[in-house]
Amino acid sequence: MSEDIIGLIRENVIQGRITKDDEGMEEGMVGQPGVSELLDSALAAGLPIRDIITKGLSGGMDVVGQKFEAGEYFIPDMLASAEAVGAAMEVLQPRLASSGIDSKGTIIVATVKDDLHDIGKNIVSILLRGAGYIVKDLGNNIDTQVIVDAVRKDKPQVLGLSALLTSTMARMGDVIQALEESGLRDQVKVIVGGAPVSEEFARSIGADGYGADGFQAVAVVETLASGTQS
Amino acid sequence: MPRDGILVDRPYERLTREQVELIHRASMQILTDPGLISFNKEAVDILDGHGAKVEAIAGDHEIWHVTVPEQVVLKALETAPKSVKLGARNPDNALVMNGDEPRVYLITGSETNIWLDVDFPTYVNKADPAREIRVPEFKPRRGMIDDLCRSAHVCEHLEMVDGYIRTVNIQDRDITEENKDVNKFFASLNNNTKHFMTGLTSLKQLDNVVRMAELIAGGKKALEDNPLISFITCLVKSPLQFVDDTTATFIEVCRRGLPVAVSSSPQAGTSAPIKEAGIMAQINAEVLAGITLGQLVRPGTPVLYGSVPVRARMDTLNDSYGAVETSQYNVDCAQMARFYGIANYSTAGVCDSKVPGLQSSIERLFSDIVVAMSGPQYLHCAFGLLDCNSVFCLLQAVIDDAHFKMIKSFLRQPRVDQAEIDTVLKQIREVVATPQKMYISHIRPVLRSGEISGVYPFEGTGDVDDAFEIAYSRMKELLATPVQHIDERTTARIFEEVPGILPRLNVYERGK
Repeated sequence: MSEDIIGLIRENVIQGRITKDDEGMEEGMVGQPGVSELLDSALAAGLPIRDIITKGLSGGMDVVGQKFEAGEYFIPDMLASAEAVGAAMEVLQPRLASSGIDSKGTIIVATVKDDLHDIGKNIVSILLRGAGYIVKDLGNNIDTQVIVDAVRKDKPQVLGLSALLTSTMARMGDVIQALEESGLRDQVKVIVGGAPVSEEFARSIGADGYGADGFQAVAVVETLASGTQS
Repeated sequence: MPRDGILVDRPYERLTREQVELIHRASMQILTDPGLISFNKEAVDILDGHGAKVEAIAGDHEIWHVTVPEQVVLKALETAPKSVKLGARNPDNALVMNGDEPRVYLITGSETNIWLDVDFPTYVNKADPAREIRVPEFKPRRGMIDDLCRSAHVCEHLEMVDGYIRTVNIQDRDITEENKDVNKFFASLNNNTKHFMTGLTSLKQLDNVVRMAELIAGGKKALEDNPLISFITCLVKSPLQFVDDTTATFIEVCRRGLPVAVSSSPQAGTSAPIKEAGIMAQINAEVLAGITLGQLVRPGTPVLYGSVPVRARMDTLNDSYGAVETSQYNVDCAQMARFYGIANYSTAGVCDSKVPGLQSSIERLFSDIVVAMSGPQYLHCAFGLLDCNSVFCLLQAVIDDAHFKMIKSFLRQPRVDQAEIDTVLKQIREVVATPQKMYISHIRPVLRSGEISGVYPFEGTGDVDDAFEIAYSRMKELLATPVQHIDERTTARIFEEVPGILPRLNVYERGK
């Protein structure tokens, strides 16, 4: 029974279905329980949270990743699955500590001041949630000081900054400078991304990492966050 | 069920109704003054017997001056079928063309002498020997029957190819004028289950190729119901001359009731006026003269309004298929054919460039798009042709197939109705109310429905444009994918009843 529910969670992550109203990759799935409903059942049945996460959610995402690599899945499919995992993790987060499971950590993301573009930042947020992180999305056009204050308050492992415009990308350097002036720079890793941003630019402003796309951003975060924890 | 083709909802037209009628009137006048010259006696007799005025021209050869009154043309247009079916070895590949319906079928062609091989040698940067790149090199050579088999094979697998015109002239040492037709028919039909159209090299072989088609179709009646072969005849040489041998072929094809494209290919500037109105009035007169003759031979003969107009290059006076005017003429011809309600055999995708590359891509894609938008029913020359009509490159055909997928995707009919508006309004309201305001989750229901086009299939991963290499890999894959040959029993009967087919084409005898 427990294996059945976890297997169904895994399958619905692969299908990218959060609720019973969502379509999946295959016909006739609308009306069948999605990840949210299955998670409720799993918790009601007292199934181990570790199994739900590792076998159900992460197990499903592993398959999704393989399908994406094979060209069978596209980014919208990947995001749908990541959103399903993110929704489940939001429910599970308060229970992790009592289950003896370490949180993967908190990531703050923001689009810098004077820049309203947030598609890339939103995609990174979804993928990070899907990877099991707690993501605090500050939004777009965010003042440098607001970002610094959020870092001080929430103590994230990684701060992700985004900019789409050549005129606003310099703000990312301002944020790093402000973190140093506030004495917070050693406590957080900073990664940057956005269309005009490059690896070279990231180095020039003193960032710790650069993600050319959402997937690379998640990979960089995984590396930096694990380094921070250790 | 016939193939879908591309249904162009609202075809692009350059001419107003008044201009169409002006061209029609001018063509009618041309057919009486100056009329046509005929080098074919039988055509003269047929036209003479149906109200045309004929007069022998004095000289060494038998030549006649023919004037065709308007009422003779109009009567012939009445009997010309407004719907033509071109069958196929695989009946699911049949093409149904209605003269008033702008449904475009994409066809290969034309019969080139040169086959272009491609190789990818490695070049080393002199300044930095560690840097190497692979560059496509194209090598022209004489076309052979194995090439025709390979071309038919790959075109069988190319999704956008709706019908097959042999792409290469077979010039093997053991191919003669006498056995060329049976071999080109068998090589094409044995490697491709789509409709097959070609010109005839020798009229003497007509009954042999028809017999071959009957055996494949399952008998004479079956071939009538499923005419899996048809013919192209350029019976009119511009300006306004019935050629002796092709006219004779045309008459015999009409007598057998098989579909035939009446094709005319004037060159604006040399064999037709350089002005648009002039070449249009003349080509229209030439095609109508051919259609008229065909309908007089056998009323109801399935005919296509065949137009291959081209503008002359000013530097060489050769054909310039890459000239924008060439596309304009073809667009106009599609409109004229639609005016008469007869399916149009049109031309696009031929380029002036001798090799695949930037010029080739621009020239061919330009005409492919605009001519397809005009809604001709049978669009030939669209795959793999280079250097006007003289070179065929299989790699280019594979690339063209991808480009036609893009054109088909572009020409799909817009889906805007009240139900769709209701759906998207609901979606917009839902998404705007979310924090992230992204529509990505709504992509998935349409992602695999065909409603959104794919990425360019030959896109490379690095900074180098390696489209040719990726397309080449695709071509090799298609060559390695089997085709459904004619079955062994039918093949045996064809070899028994149709003389002259090269034994090496019998796939069932290989290795025995």
